[in-house]
Amino acid sequence: MMQAINSQVHGGPVVRTRGLEKHFGQGPGLVRALDGVDLEVARGETVAVMGPSGCGKSTLLHLLGGLERPSAGEVWLEGRRIDRLSERSLARLRRHAVGFVFQAFHLMEELTAVENVELPALLAGRSPRAARRRAMELLDQVGLTDRAEHLPSALSGGERQRVAIARALSNEPLVVFADEPTGNLDSGATRDVLRLLDRLRAGGQTLVIVTHDSRIAATADRLVSMRDGVFVEETKLTHGTSRHLGELAGLEG
Amino acid sequence: MGRLVLICRLAARDLRRRPGEAVLLLLAIVAATTTLTLGLLLHGVTSHPYDTTRAQTAGPDVVANVTPLPSGQPADLAALRALTRVHGVSKYSGPYPFVQAVARRDGHEAAVQVEGRDSAPAAVDRPKVTEGSWVRGGGIVVERSFADAFDLHTGDLVTLNGRSFRVVGLAVTAAMSPYPATFCLTPCGLGTLPPPKGAPPPLDPEAHPGLIWMTPADLGSLGSQPSAMSYILNLKLADPAAAPAFANDHSSASFSAPSLEAWQGLSRDDANLVRNEQRALLTGSLLLSLLALASIGVLVGGRMADQIRRVGLLKAVGGTPRLIAAVLLAEYMALALIAAALGLAIGWVAAPLLTSPGAGLIGSAGSARITTSTVEVVVAVALAVAAVATFVPALRASRTSTVLALADSARPPRRMHWLIVVSARLPVPLMLGLRVAARRPRRTALCVLSVAITVTGIIAVLAAHVQLSAQQVVGSSGLSNPRADRLNQVLLVITVMLIALAAVNAVFITWATVLDARHSSALERALGATPHEVSAGLSAAQVLPALAGAILGIPGGILLFNAVSPTRSAHVPPGWIVAVLVATPVVIALLTAIPARLGARRPVAEILQAELA
Repeated sequence: MMQAINSQVHGGPVVRTRGLEKHFGQGPGLVRALDGVDLEVARGETVAVMGPSGCGKSTLLHLLGGLERPSAGEVWLEGRRIDRLSERSLARLRRHAVGFVFQAFHLMEELTAVENVELPALLAGRSPRAARRRAMELLDQVGLTDRAEHLPSALSGGERQRVAIARALSNEPLVVFADEPTGNLDSGATRDVLRLLDRLRAGGQTLVIVTHDSRIAATADRLVSMRDGVFVEETKLTHGTSRHLGELAGLEG
Repeated sequence: MGRLVLICRLAARDLRRRPGEAVLLLLAIVAATTTLTLGLLLHGVTSHPYDTTRAQTAGPDVVANVTPLPSGQPADLAALRALTRVHGVSKYSGPYPFVQAVARRDGHEAAVQVEGRDSAPAAVDRPKVTEGSWVRGGGIVVERSFADAFDLHTGDLVTLNGRSFRVVGLAVTAAMSPYPATFCLTPCGLGTLPPPKGAPPPLDPEAHPGLIWMTPADLGSLGSQPSAMSYILNLKLADPAAAPAFANDHSSASFSAPSLEAWQGLSRDDANLVRNEQRALLTGSLLLSLLALASIGVLVGGRMADQIRRVGLLKAVGGTPRLIAAVLLAEYMALALIAAALGLAIGWVAAPLLTSPGAGLIGSAGSARITTSTVEVVVAVALAVAAVATFVPALRASRTSTVLALADSARPPRRMHWLIVVSARLPVPLMLGLRVAARRPRRTALCVLSVAITVTGIIAVLAAHVQLSAQQVVGSSGLSNPRADRLNQVLLVITVMLIALAAVNAVFITWATVLDARHSSALERALGATPHEVSAGLSAAQVLPALAGAILGIPGGILLFNAVSPTRSAHVPPGWIVAVLVATPVVIALLTAIPARLGARRPVAEILQAELA
């Protein structure tokens, strides 16, 4: 079982926002991508954010991960306000506390699978040997040991996303933000990624997943619906429900 | 016809869309074509000023002179006069007495040779007075290039062997090479031989005496005894072309025999005045052409990275591969033609500044016309530079799959396994820098090449400068050497152009790298690299190849100097070489810092999201 999954500790919110706003443009062209979002994500919790395209889901994820700065409001990560941090401090924070999984995978084309996975550890200053050992462990956990020396161009979509997930876990982050992790995948690959995310959730990894795929939403502990930059509905899902929903959604198929 | 119009219209639109890049590209080619024009204009034009001077001063075909012997025996005037009766001599003037003297003015001192001339015009060698008037009692005329070096003007007072004279005129002659190439007519350079009795000590052999004319009566007042005087005779031959044979036939190894110099030898000496400038300019133009090639390669490559979607769009709406290639080639060919025209014009205007034979001759290289062959060579080089640099990108653009081009993923990065393994052991900025450099080996090679060419030029210029420093001052006179000064100016111009073009290249390459690496840089930041680490990595991607280029350029510069100046071997002080090695990466780091910093500060989310757009 993955190390990150083993570090399950329940306590205060890992992620918290207050009155979060993000505006693009100005004057009559002003777009309120987020308009006063309040969110709390507990340690070990999996939150799925659903909504139509352009409702502000990805923007929310970028703000939570410190990739963008809010126009107003607060973002807290494990009790530390991050929306006012410098770019340098945010980068250091991302190194250790945050893992990202993107819809477009965003793997380095010139690096092999294992080199991609070890990159965050190298950026964090780990020794090349330790980074490689950790990367190989993670690739083993996502079932890609035999594909470790392959370039992304030689991997299928599902394999690339599994490499991206392994990379997100490289520095044992507090929270993993996944942006449409199955958006570019066929149904077979989607199933592989869903299983992986489900294992992460079961292992206690804090996860925030933006998706409009109801099968992913079904694996979460909580489901938040968004429209036009605001939360419109919040649903708590029980473990049993999510498992059953997962089965209903065909995850075991 | 319609197709041609379409190509021209698309090319013009693209140039207008990116005027900054078009101007920079234009400047790069103009720098190369200007130096090439200067080099070509110098070729073969150096005889014109001498020919003009010879025609306007009734220049001699042969100059003969006799000097007193070290034993104290007077100069053999009879042997000199005998030459006037030799078959083939049609006219002559002289013999004129010559003495050596020391000129002093405002604390400056210089060796001079003073020729006694009548006020009446001579049949052969009538120095052309360019300012003031010809000699008169108490008034001397100074050879113009020496007057320039000694800062003498008409009306000035100058002391010769302690006696004061007023400068009444400046003149040029074809009977002697302009200062400082003047040869010694009086006994100078006799080494350890004692001076003739009654004569002042011989001139410093390195003194390069200036030339002054005065009346024979004034000459007598300079203190030299008649037995210590030298004499000069100017001969005009029936067949001027036979002058070298005439001089050879009537020369002798004996000290007392007349020494003869044909006008062809004088003309060659004058040509030597600009030979080094010509070499320097032609070599400089070659280096600048190579740098221009690198500039265009980088610019076009950078634009391709940025414009790959536009190519996809053109193809998607029906543009054929040939059309795409034609549009790209048309753009750069148009710029090359404009650059060739500008280079020819600037070179034509600037040539007289660099090739002027100084004050010693009439006319200048600027009077040389730009020949058809000069135009052809300059235009051909400009077009070739543009064609070579655009061929590969044009071909790549035309062959790129439309779908891939639209997806902006037409140029997958290269992978260098060993470099990735090695870089993992380095600090984060170096790791990122090496990986960025390894992604685009061709661009990295251009960076190495650009810096290597520049350092090659700089080292060659430094080697030339070391030699010129020794020649900067004429002998012991303390006067500046106009030839060394002018060559130094030429070298300075070339150096400035080389450094400027290399600096532009460094900024181009960095910006192209920043654009090309924007996605990987954004991803690295998302994974935890700080903006400083990313920008330092982008700079390192330029600095490391620059260091390699500097290391290659040092032996390159020494080889280049030895090739251009085969009679001399390059000597550059080790301290200067170390300074170049250290300064090159520092300058590149400073030049690349701003574009790298800008590149590392672009919003991460915006760049990563753009891929999904």
